[in-house]
Amino acid sequence: MIRLTEERFDPGAELTAFCAGRTESGAVASFVGIARGEGGAATALELQAYPGFTEGEIGRMVEAAFTRFSLHDALVIHRHGPIAPGEPIVMVATAAAHRREAFEACDYLMDYLKSRAPFWKKEHGPAGARWVEPTERDLDDLARWD
Amino acid sequence: MRVLLFGRLGDIAGWRERDFEPPPASLSALKALIAAEDAALGLALEAKGVRAAVDRVIVRGEAALGTDAEVAFLPPMSGG
Repeated sequence: MIRLTEERFDPGAELTAFCAGRTESGAVASFVGIARGEGGAATALELQAYPGFTEGEIGRMVEAAFTRFSLHDALVIHRHGPIAPGEPIVMVATAAAHRREAFEACDYLMDYLKSRAPFWKKEHGPAGARWVEPTERDLDDLARWD
Repeated sequence: MRVLLFGRLGDIAGWRERDFEPPPASLSALKALIAAEDAALGLALEAKGVRAAVDRVIVRGEAALGTDAEVAFLPPMSGG
């Protein structure tokens, strides 16, 4: 399931719900990304999404992960709009028969979300605001899966 | 026709969403109309890595536009 939201979400409650009722998935892995304050240099983050388009593109990444890692299920929650330091921005959870597939699929989905997902990110700080593009490190992380 | 601008394109233009009436018949006609009105935005739309989506599907090169098309200009994505 893919959910874009402008509201805060509770990663613990989402993970509990994702695990509930599973009798055949022996492994659930999860990741939560939190907005960094950068020691006061980032006072707020603004993420723009293109509703309708952004979910579709993330959906294609999730489908690829299902095939590649024999997943049973996947959850992607992504915030957009203004986000304060300390708030969760993104959560990924993956369910599979065994832990290796669950860990790897979660890692893979995060690498794609960090570099390829259709979001435009603006950091607001005391020095002004700037649009952020993927870092070299994000692109190197993604290249691990080629 | 609705036109949407994302990321830095919205800052350059001073708008993020606008209706164009009468609607241009093609993507190149829309870009020419925008460039004639706002040269900085016209240049920004031609910059490397800026893509266009018509009705939420990425298009490459030229595209015909229906009268109620939704056209979005997408600068390089920053990821989540």
